Amino acid sequence: MSAGYLGAVRSEFTKVRTTRLWWVLLVIMAAYVALCAGGMAAILGGLGGGANGPAIPEAQLPLLVYSFATSVGYVFPVLFGALAVTSEFRFQSLTPTFLANPRRGIVLGGKATTLLVVGAVFGVVALIASIGLGASLLAAFGIDPLLGEPDTWAFVGRSILAMALWSAIGVGLGVLVPSQVAAIVIVLAFTQFVEPLLRLAASFTDWSAQVAQFLPGAASDALVGASIYTAMSGGSAGLDWWQGGLVLVAYAAIATLIGFFTSWRRDVS
Amino acid sequence: MPTGVPIEFSGLTKTFGQVSAVSDLTFTVEPGQVTGFLGPNGAGKTTSLRMLLGLVRPTSGTATFGGTAYAKLDSPLQTVGASLEAASFHPGRSARNHLAVYAQSAGLPKTAPDAALEKVGLSGYGDRRVGGYSLGMRQRLGLAFALLGDPGVLVLDEPINGLDPEGIKWIRLLLRAMAAEGRTVLISSHLLSEVQQTVDDVIIISHGTLVHRGELSSLDTSDTKQVQVNAEDRDRLAAVLVDAGYQVSNLRSGVLVENADAATIGRLAFEAGIPLTGLSQKRTGLEESFLTLVGEEGSL
Ligand SMILES: Nc1ncnc2c1ncn2[C@@H]1O[C@H](COP(=O)(O)OP(=O)(O)OP(=O)(O)O)[C@@H](O)[C@H]1O
Ligand SMILES: [Mg+2]
Repeated sequence: MSAGYLGAVRSEFTKVRTTRLWWVLLVIMAAYVALCAGGMAAILGGLGGGANGPAIPEAQLPLLVYSFATSVGYVFPVLFGALAVTSEFRFQSLTPTFLANPRRGIVLGGKATTLLVVGAVFGVVALIASIGLGASLLAAFGIDPLLGEPDTWAFVGRSILAMALWSAIGVGLGVLVPSQVAAIVIVLAFTQFVEPLLRLAASFTDWSAQVAQFLPGAASDALVGASIYTAMSGGSAGLDWWQGGLVLVAYAAIATLIGFFTSWRRDVS
Repeated sequence: MPTGVPIEFSGLTKTFGQVSAVSDLTFTVEPGQVTGFLGPNGAGKTTSLRMLLGLVRPTSGTATFGGTAYAKLDSPLQTVGASLEAASFHPGRSARNHLAVYAQSAGLPKTAPDAALEKVGLSGYGDRRVGGYSLGMRQRLGLAFALLGDPGVLVLDEPINGLDPEGIKWIRLLLRAMAAEGRTVLISSHLLSEVQQTVDDVIIISHGTLVHRGELSSLDTSDTKQVQVNAEDRDRLAAVLVDAGYQVSNLRSGVLVENADAATIGRLAFEAGIPLTGLSQKRTGLEESFLTLVGEEGSL
């Protein structure tokens, strides 16, 4: 009997586990997130006592600091998800993969499932980094880190979900653009330049702001419910958190589906 | 013991844009023997095998395992073991983990990767990253992947490429043993001489079309059959053979007898009381007829 979907998931987990990329990216992400969250906590906390105090109410500070887990960390699960797919094309390992299980849709489903879980793990690590350093610094500046609040933990749950979905979006991007170099360039260019610029530009008129809330980064901020962007744009009433989540699901599903019918089902030679 | 099923090609055709890579291939590969799939570079061997394995979609025609397409097999790795020419593994993964990935995907027992490494002589190297493997070791790892599910059918693309003489001898014995157990063994090569001592049957393609199929000996179309024979007393041996009406010439390593077969020469020497130190039938015709079949300029 063929091992089917469960076998595919187990196999994909082993693929992730048995090369070094996952922990290399995790370490870089944790350091980067800790640096940003810690830096922000220090600046805001330090300013708190000064003359030009922040426009942000103190009660909002902790989540803003913690949200660096997703607002700067999200690029890592996307990258990892995309690389999990493109490396199969690059190293021609689709040949043994499809020999072991010729049902290509099941293989891709197993990969997406696996990467959702791996993305959640990235989320947990990113939150440990942002809350770990952020909360201690805030507390050191005399600001309540709000760790006992149910709202904080709901935020943590939504952040983990966001990171899981970003990883699935990475899988979708990878099947859509199987060239490894192209996928990396797209991830970095889009997350670091294109989308931030688009969101900034879109905020100048009403209708473009309406459209821009469906950009993946904006949807992610809506899902998480706090970020430096929303804080800067005055916390405009964007999408609800669940709407943001659905937008991310839609990006992942549509990209994966199109990729399945284009690159994934192509001849492997 | 898994037994082989026949591999059936029927009207298999593949065109890449304007290029006709494979056209209308029809033949059957029987279990219980080693079949060589031969043709010069670019003849369409790899493309045919990839279609057989469900990796490339045929333009028309089918290729099946006893009537079932690869993608429709219940447990593919336990039915068919395949290794294809291209090195297809992540260089950062160890050999054991590489095999474990696919064993899990196919639902094979946990012990399968180590058993396969053992069979190909890589047991001591299972924990090394594959990126550091030599060409011969990669070839063996490819074979280990093919053997993972202990399949009744083996489909190997250029399995001998990159092996040292010892490796060639080893794989030859392995494939012959597997065929003797009743499995179906299909191996491709662009060199007849490379597989000549391994295969029973040959299928020869050129420019994507079948040009010959039959037993290996059917290729031997030359009318001049030569026997190479040797004895301590080489001069007496030559004299006896000349007396018997043969035309002989002296080689460094023995006497070359024209238009002879080994059995008759052996009997003549025995009757004359000459102990032989060597006796072999020369098949000079094989490579010749292979080249004639695929066209003198052969490749591409
Ligand atoms: N993906 C592809 N796109 C376009 N043409 C292709 C593709 N794959 C193979 N071909 C062409 O099909 C023909 C057969 O190639 P194939 O690789 O099957 O030959 P082969 O017999 O395996 O050769 P070799 O002995 O060199 O491995 C060649 O002309 C090749 O250029
Ligand atoms: Mg080839």
